Amino acid sequence: MDKVLGTFNGMPYTVGESILELSYLIAALLFVYGLKLLSHPETARRGNLWAAGGMGLAMITTLLLHKANGEGISLTNIWIILAAIGVGAAIGWMVARKVKMTAMPQLVSIYNATGGGASMLVALLEYPAAAAGDVGSILVTVLGLIIGAIAFSGSLIAFGKLDGRVGDIMKPFMTYLNLVLLVATIALGIFIIVSPNPPTEMLWAIYALTAISLVYGVMFVMPIGGADMPVVISLLNSFTGIAAAMAGFIYGNQAMILGGIFVGAAGMILTILMCKAMNRSLINVIIGAFGGGGAAAADREQGNIKEISLSDAAVLMSYSRKIVVIPGYGLAVAQAQHIAHELDNLLEGKGVEVKYAIHPVAGRMPGHMNVLLAEADVPYEKLVEMDDINPDMPNVDVAIVVGANDVVNPAAYDDPSSPIYGMPIINAHEAKNIIIMKRGMGKGYAGIENELFFNDKTRMLFGDAKNSITKLVNEIKNM
Amino acid sequence: MEQVLQFFFEYKEAIFIIALSIFLGIEVISNVPAVLHTPLMSGANAISGVIIIGGIILVGHADLSRFSVDLVLGILALIFGTLNVVGGFAVTDRMLEMFKKKKK
Repeated sequence: MDKVLGTFNGMPYTVGESILELSYLIAALLFVYGLKLLSHPETARRGNLWAAGGMGLAMITTLLLHKANGEGISLTNIWIILAAIGVGAAIGWMVARKVKMTAMPQLVSIYNATGGGASMLVALLEYPAAAAGDVGSILVTVLGLIIGAIAFSGSLIAFGKLDGRVGDIMKPFMTYLNLVLLVATIALGIFIIVSPNPPTEMLWAIYALTAISLVYGVMFVMPIGGADMPVVISLLNSFTGIAAAMAGFIYGNQAMILGGIFVGAAGMILTILMCKAMNRSLINVIIGAFGGGGAAAADREQGNIKEISLSDAAVLMSYSRKIVVIPGYGLAVAQAQHIAHELDNLLEGKGVEVKYAIHPVAGRMPGHMNVLLAEADVPYEKLVEMDDINPDMPNVDVAIVVGANDVVNPAAYDDPSSPIYGMPIINAHEAKNIIIMKRGMGKGYAGIENELFFNDKTRMLFGDAKNSITKLVNEIKNM
Repeated sequence: MEQVLQFFFEYKEAIFIIALSIFLGIEVISNVPAVLHTPLMSGANAISGVIIIGGIILVGHADLSRFSVDLVLGILALIFGTLNVVGGFAVTDRMLEMFKKKKK
């Protein structure tokens, strides 16, 4: 392995180093291939395993074959490395196996935080070495540090919000504060890059940059409302990839660069997809324009709320031909996915056709509802995407809205003053009857009134979704 | 202008990789069905744990003869990276397993 093969750019290289680089190439290809397979339902699971295999390969060859640049020194401290990997792997594995499916958005956020945190730490620790190099290596170190730190603290706050530990805090001055923080972060970064001082004298600046980036990450996610969470999570995901790629440049490691940028680009596309589903620009989400704008809508004539009794709802559903369930975050909160599936089985047994209409941003992360319903064994074919169900809505006898609000708000069509005006929605208002399960008359995350509640065809069923559906199931069984 | 060209020339390989990887990421992800958004995101998240390679190199070349904050932070980076990788792939697999069950 230590046999010198030749020289490249004036540096001798060995058999081991060539094999190492070759393994990185294979790992990078496996990442791409894996993610490609992951984007098709039939091959997704295999794709995940391929990508994991690529990662395992890169880890093993690095452990065995990596040499300090040009000095031919093998890795030492192997036992410490293995111990650290062992600890991380054990915790990661256990949590991943045990966590409830409803807590999935939290978990994705936590793992994203650890990835960002690792990138931040690597950049921080490599700075003295990188700073001795050229402008390019300082640039990537600073970028890796900033982006990694934002992904780290931002994901932790996102976790806190999803878990209900951190509330939405939105004050008008925060937009300006965030702008100031962002400018300060960038300015400090540029200062570090262009400063002629030796790196040992710049350590304070690097620590300051780390601190300010962490604060920015917190402040940046803090005002973002729950309905915008899918966008933020996939954006932070993209950041982690970019941060890893920057660290890849520090080491000149192609697998890290390609893997990181690739994931960053993929995350960015997903982010843009989520934004489109809300008819908003990314800037708009980040600055947080929700809330406040709904005053005009609130002043409109509202009409009366009409409630429905459980037995009436049971009769109505049993004698329908076609029912569409429109789930939202409330379904996840109430953990009502299993009982919802029981209800739809029961109704199908009575010859009712039941489908689920999934809005792209329903829930708190991209695809949230799909994961929940899959956990409850609801078959694929019953989950219909927004664009496919909408043309059929006028033929639907009952639209059951479970814990969703903004994604069925008709103000998106007809109220230009509404903050969600122009956002694509599921046309629940076109169904012949609408039953809305809700805990109370609270507003959706956008903080605006929903005129669907006041529609003549609408009946409200107040209460916890799981509770209500359980009672409905019993009611229908007893009929 | 000359400086920009100079920067481009000196880092042309890196810039090529970035440009092509971005394109690749966009190509691979576009048209993914909504049902796979979550697993895709968490799978991609696991791949971004590739930072673990950096962690291995960092700790592997650290000076163990004396205690230092750097070493502790390096080990922490390694643990974080592993959490991201192992947890990410494991949870993605669990989710996809759940999807699969339904196909029968």
